[in-house]
Amino acid sequence: MAYSEKVIDHYENPRNVGALDKNDPSVGTGMVGAPACGDVMKLQIKVNDQGIIEDARFKTYGCGSAIASSSLVTEWVKGKSLDEAMTIKNSQIASELSLPPVKIHCSILAEDAIKAAIEDYRKKHVDLVD
Amino acid sequence: MNTPIYLDYSATTPVDERVLEAMLPYLRQDFGNPASRSHAFGWKAEEAVEHARLQVALLVGCDAKELVWTSGATESINLALKGAAHFYKDKGRHVITVKTEHKATLDTCRELEREGFEVTYLDVLPNGLLDLQAFEASLRPDTILVSVMYVNNEIGVIQDIAAIGELCRARGIVFHVDSAQATGKVVIDLQALKVDLMSFCAHKTYGPKGVGALFVRRKPRVRLEPLIHGGGHERGMRSGTLPTHQIVGMGMAFEIAQAEMATENERIRMLRDRLWSGRSQMEAVYLNGDLDHRVPHNLNVSFNYVEGESLLMAVKDIAVSSGSACTSASLEPSYVLRAIGRSDELAHSSIRFSVGRFTTEADIDFAVALLKEKVAKLREMSPLWEMVQEGVDLNAIQWAAH
Repeated sequence: MAYSEKVIDHYENPRNVGALDKNDPSVGTGMVGAPACGDVMKLQIKVNDQGIIEDARFKTYGCGSAIASSSLVTEWVKGKSLDEAMTIKNSQIASELSLPPVKIHCSILAEDAIKAAIEDYRKKHVDLVD
Repeated sequence: MNTPIYLDYSATTPVDERVLEAMLPYLRQDFGNPASRSHAFGWKAEEAVEHARLQVALLVGCDAKELVWTSGATESINLALKGAAHFYKDKGRHVITVKTEHKATLDTCRELEREGFEVTYLDVLPNGLLDLQAFEASLRPDTILVSVMYVNNEIGVIQDIAAIGELCRARGIVFHVDSAQATGKVVIDLQALKVDLMSFCAHKTYGPKGVGALFVRRKPRVRLEPLIHGGGHERGMRSGTLPTHQIVGMGMAFEIAQAEMATENERIRMLRDRLWSGRSQMEAVYLNGDLDHRVPHNLNVSFNYVEGESLLMAVKDIAVSSGSACTSASLEPSYVLRAIGRSDELAHSSIRFSVGRFTTEADIDFAVALLKEKVAKLREMSPLWEMVQEGVDLNAIQWAAH
């Protein structure tokens, strides 16, 4: 399968690989996918007091397109507010990376991972407010 | 070192230089049609075709008259299974095969099911071998045909063809063996084996693509209904002008295999073992399929907690195959690895290495070093590896399917 240059670049030089402390209240963690399906993405965001995502990290078990999709979204979410980050669509990811149709699910997974991380962060903070 | 290094000899092999040399004259000065009986061009081509038939027969221990030329193993398998099922359908309509067979067999069996035959697809043991007791128990009075592969294309395990043949012959059941992956790797003796039909191809044994053969036993005689009708070539079993140069290539390739396989296989076994021992410094690496009942060329390994396609991408300097069908349009992991009981994750993260005639020690050392580096890098990136390091039981997690 031929990958686009951008996929290869993200795959070979993945941005923001790593982990943040999932117990830190300013960190939201999203894990989506399943090993049996061949992809699991873990995306973490660190949110500052102004509600801006100031850092992001990922770890992905999956194909090159899955790794590239998650690497790309860690770049995109940085500097965005939670509401802005919620608007990232899988179609934008797919088009940025020129994903072929069989790899669209990787971009969907990356979108789901952002949403799951934001949801986790918000859940922590609802609890704190209560 | 020239990269990528080819470690996919089970997919196909390069044509041996000596094979190519033998073929070339039959594309130019000796271009005649072997079916032309009225002039020297035809006679010369016919002689070459019959010489090649003998070369193939010598490698597999049959009579040259028992071989029918085809376009390759897929055609041979189609002719064997459909041909025998159609001919013997009045005796019964039950066919038995194995879940780990090549698609050429499985898809042909599906077609027979559409035609009204009943097919049993047998499970294999965790080592990839057929359970002979379960096999015997599956035989029925209306069973007319059994098809089992000699050597598995993915995991390289060698089935007990002699024992299966005895069970079939005792009941008068036609037994077909797919030997596409077996020639030059295991000793095939059709004199001794109670096999009725056997499929071969040239391109996995350093011959050209596009040519194969089907062994059709004469004593006791096995009958087939042809699939391709035409000029009545190959005793009516397979019409069509014979591709003389391809056939000459197959003959030469099989003659070389006959002469060199004993020494070649020892060298290849040493290389394969070097590759397998190279993994000993790595954690969570599993061998797929039995190590003892296995051709020396094949090593099929699962690297847990890394995904197969990204692993292939990481090791693009070696040309290998993955058990993850992610590379095709489906997300299904290898059905062969599933059949030996591997989890989807391990099936997805498997690599088939197949070593061959032109593999060197330096190639193997390069591959081992590359694998160590890249698997470590991908595991650093893997959330599954991270969880395992933290002591999380991955099987206890409710994963959301997608």
